[in-house]
Amino acid sequence: MRPRSAIWLALGWVGFALLPWFAGSGTQPALAPPSPGPAGSALIDGLTNGRWWLLPIALPLLLALAVTALPGLRARRPAVLLASGAFGLAWITVQGFAIGLDGWASGWLGALFGPLALGQGGFGAGAALTALSFLFLMTNGFAGLGFMKGDRFTAGAIGLVLAAIAAFVFLPVGYVLSGAGDTGSGGFSAAALGARLAAPDIWRLSCLTEAKSCGVVWNSVFLAVMTGIATTLLGLAFALVAVRTGFRAKKLLRVLTVLPIITPPFVISLAVILLFGRNGTVTLAMSDWFGLPASRWIYGLPGVLLTQTLAFTPISFLVMIGVVQGIGPSLEEAAQTLRASRWITFRTVTWPLMRPGVANAFLISFIESLADFGNPLILGGNFEVLSTKIYFAVVGAQNDPGRAAALGIILLCLCLGAFWVQRQWLGKKSYATVGGKGDNGIPSQLPRGIKIAAYATALPWAAFTFVLYGLILFGGFTENWGRNNSLTLRHYLAAFDLSWGPGGLIWSGRAWGSLFTTIEVAALSAPLTAAVGLLTAYLLVRQSFKGRGAFEFLTMLSFAIPGTVIGISYILAFNQPPIELTGTITILIICFVFRNMPVSIRAGVAAMSQIDRSLDECSLTLGAGSVQTIRRVILPLLRPAIVASLVYSFVRAITSISAVIFLVSPKYELATAYIVGRVEQGDFGLAIAYSSALIVLMSVVIALIQFAVGERRIGRRAATPVTLQEKPV
Amino acid sequence: MSIASKAAGVEFRNVSRRYGNTTAVDDVSFTIEAGNLVTLLGPSGCGKTTTLRMIAGLEMASSGTILIGGKDVTRLPATDRNVTMVFQSYALFPHMTVADNVAYGLVVSGVRKRDAAAKATEGLELVGLGGYGQRLPSELSGGQQQRVAVARALVLEPEVLLFDEPLSNLDAKLRRKMRDDIRELQQKLGLTSVYVTHDQEEALAVSDRIIVMNKSVIAQTGTPDELYRRPKNRFVADFIGGANLIDGELVGRSGGTATVALGRLTLSVPDPGLPAGEVLLAIRPNAIRLRTGSADSAGDGIPVTVRKATYLGSHMEYGLTSEFGDLFVVDPNVASPVPAGATALATFTGDGIAAVAR
Ligand SMILES: Nc1ncnc2c1ncn2[C@@H]1O[C@H](COP(=O)(O)OP(=O)(O)O)[C@@H](O)[C@H]1O
Ligand SMILES: [Mg+2]
Repeated sequence: MRPRSAIWLALGWVGFALLPWFAGSGTQPALAPPSPGPAGSALIDGLTNGRWWLLPIALPLLLALAVTALPGLRARRPAVLLASGAFGLAWITVQGFAIGLDGWASGWLGALFGPLALGQGGFGAGAALTALSFLFLMTNGFAGLGFMKGDRFTAGAIGLVLAAIAAFVFLPVGYVLSGAGDTGSGGFSAAALGARLAAPDIWRLSCLTEAKSCGVVWNSVFLAVMTGIATTLLGLAFALVAVRTGFRAKKLLRVLTVLPIITPPFVISLAVILLFGRNGTVTLAMSDWFGLPASRWIYGLPGVLLTQTLAFTPISFLVMIGVVQGIGPSLEEAAQTLRASRWITFRTVTWPLMRPGVANAFLISFIESLADFGNPLILGGNFEVLSTKIYFAVVGAQNDPGRAAALGIILLCLCLGAFWVQRQWLGKKSYATVGGKGDNGIPSQLPRGIKIAAYATALPWAAFTFVLYGLILFGGFTENWGRNNSLTLRHYLAAFDLSWGPGGLIWSGRAWGSLFTTIEVAALSAPLTAAVGLLTAYLLVRQSFKGRGAFEFLTMLSFAIPGTVIGISYILAFNQPPIELTGTITILIICFVFRNMPVSIRAGVAAMSQIDRSLDECSLTLGAGSVQTIRRVILPLLRPAIVASLVYSFVRAITSISAVIFLVSPKYELATAYIVGRVEQGDFGLAIAYSSALIVLMSVVIALIQFAVGERRIGRRAATPVTLQEKPV
Repeated sequence: MSIASKAAGVEFRNVSRRYGNTTAVDDVSFTIEAGNLVTLLGPSGCGKTTTLRMIAGLEMASSGTILIGGKDVTRLPATDRNVTMVFQSYALFPHMTVADNVAYGLVVSGVRKRDAAAKATEGLELVGLGGYGQRLPSELSGGQQQRVAVARALVLEPEVLLFDEPLSNLDAKLRRKMRDDIRELQQKLGLTSVYVTHDQEEALAVSDRIIVMNKSVIAQTGTPDELYRRPKNRFVADFIGGANLIDGELVGRSGGTATVALGRLTLSVPDPGLPAGEVLLAIRPNAIRLRTGSADSAGDGIPVTVRKATYLGSHMEYGLTSEFGDLFVVDPNVASPVPAGATALATFTGDGIAAVAR
């Protein structure tokens, strides 16, 4: 216990006495001088600049030093470490929130303690290191007192994950809640909150009685229900075709499931515009052949519904394939030996067993649709949904963060509600009927009517999807789609041109900047995501501690928070001290880590549950500690899950839009945000060219990695395949 | 360099392990001598594995003291105890070769690679798997995997070597051979071993001493012979060897024997140390002999009716009905069996009867 506590204690002193306490004049945690006052550590600043409130941090550090250095106090050490860590952490937090840029952060503090001459900036490297040191001193103390079986590693890991989730999920969401009640002058009032939440343009039902549009909540819910039904039916049809028929091109159907992972969500909208927009191929053909006038019908509910169904059917397909495969064919064979016809078997055995899975697929699509941002942004027209309304409340002429926050609360409640229902449903009503043992029989063929229906829905839709992707890949090479279809490389050159200048190679294309930033952010966030996710999975699967269930729920909750809500909450929370990150690359990385973490957790949990616990226990009895066991036994066995998490987080960081569109800055622009910007400017050619480049890039990355991982085998056993199933909304 | 033994004794003092409201091990005390093989025997769910895992340090005692080699290890985690274990599932690391598996414990405790590899080779030879080092565990049969697990546990020269139902995943024939091999190895190296099983025959075959557990507590501790011949209670009498349990009355004692009345009969049994009065007689199935003849000539037996007779080649099995209840009999006399439905006289041989409390 001694060496590690001592190391953390030493780092705590370094953070307190040597490193600059505040972030630089930018908002990056850099070693530059902090904006208010000269550069300096908390110690120097507190002594020379009159920021006296930083000095009490020395107290717990001194206490911890005393118990670590003096052998006489050994017995007290865990309790003292715990107390000093907790006090240090609490003090840093409280002073950080209480004192802002110009003195007291809230008026009542000033009224209580008298005015403060000086304010302070956001936390910098010193503050971060010291806080981390306090956290680990605290968890070491906990373990020393005998909690967590005395395992310091476990205690530290739990502390770290909880602190991270608190700071980067719950704190921002808290800001949304308080932001919605903002009175405009920094105060909070329940009346303001109530007024914003009950605004008529959110809830009104006027579309039922007169020719006006309904409230935005009803729009969102209606759209989500329609999308949910459509995607579930299509997903079910696809799954039945893939699992229960002799369909030849099953591999091709599998390709469908990879598409949403590699495609930025709004790309489908672009393709739909190429077909059905005013200059779309179909629109032009219709007006040529039948004299139908070109209209903007696609902009609005029909277009968004169409694109969302296209975009989320593959996800529903993935869920349903698991459900259909999970039905033990022996059950159906049993029913048939009991003289049930194929149709009666389907109706009385197969369908009831599938029903919970169908409900689950519906809820997943429902949540996806609610949270989707890119498609309604591009195709919504006058049809407003919650996610776009939040966006326009912040970036538009209104710039009303309070209103955005209120809309965010409503969207969050809808998503969490659906998430909660889904978990209840899954927890109580899932039947896994394929046992590990014995002969499971052969899946029975579908009844004729259902088979035809499945083919008739799935195949045209699959063809449609492939046509759209073809359009996207091809569209970037035409001069001006629909009006002038001559081939050109103009758009690709505009985006990705290279030229030689006096200083050597010049990346003169307009897309390079955002592409490089995107890859950098993705490459930095992927390993972090995998690490945090797998660490959490390890805690969930391998350690038992009080409150494990709650811990699991908290980590999974961030899964259900829509991207737009995360985006607005990060803006509200991190554009002011104590944690000031807006406009930096750090905030983009953090955003991706916490958005993609749940997937990484699930991959880790699935893989780790396959590894028999006795392997770790055996390693422990052979003299290896927790850390050594993880390194030598668990990590090597988890390699497929690690790779899956890495790929997934990397790809998601490149393709996602909803949260980051709030967080990008001119300096750190991301590819998706840049493309959406082009679309809003009407520059379709470049947007499509850039999108297809991204899709091709992602496909290559995934293919390469699948190839590398697919080759790994453990002995005669195949490595556990980890599918990239989940997709945060 | 060779594999030696650092055998040490184990002592449990009033150890309990509770999970919430259930108590898996309840106030258990015992001592295991260094160099002995002691079996924890009992029905499924009686707390054997939990006891074993507390010796390993994989489970922490809720109360009580655990000593290994005279040192208090109650709060010491598994990593820091010199105790190794052969797991029921073998727990071979699938991503490491057999040699790496065996060397694992040495490598993580900082032994140089070369020395560890040499010792692993030696360990594999000891269990008869020399030359298999470069295979993966998945390329071995169940019995061979078992041996690798034993070798891996041995090369660390543990103070105590634990086995948790090591033979349960093997077929019957292999089971016999493995248990003899384990016993031979244990005696050759002078190891202290604790062996968990629910199979009483296995326990009788391999153990120096047996600790019989039932419902989280120790039912009886003793050598195989003591447990079979002088069970202390109904549970042990029934669980080890099987017994017909019938009511009798203890009427007197002299020397080391006691006299028990069973109807008109009097039988002598080893003195159970119980007060005179009602007792339960545990009569082994092979302590009863059948004699054909009329019921009233009975002087030294009880009249019975044969309900069922089964021919098993080496012996006969009978189900009998008597005034004391149903009896189960194993009779080596296959030359002149008694047919089902016949009446007969059941007599008792001297050995194989014990009195326990009712
Ligand atoms: N981790 C646990 N949590 C709760 N109960 C447990 C746990 N481990 C064992 N038990 C309970 O303790 C009792 C003894 O278990 P165990 O020692 O595994 O029995 P066995 O003698 O079959 O090896 C059982 O009733 C079991 O249900
Ligand atoms: Mg057991």
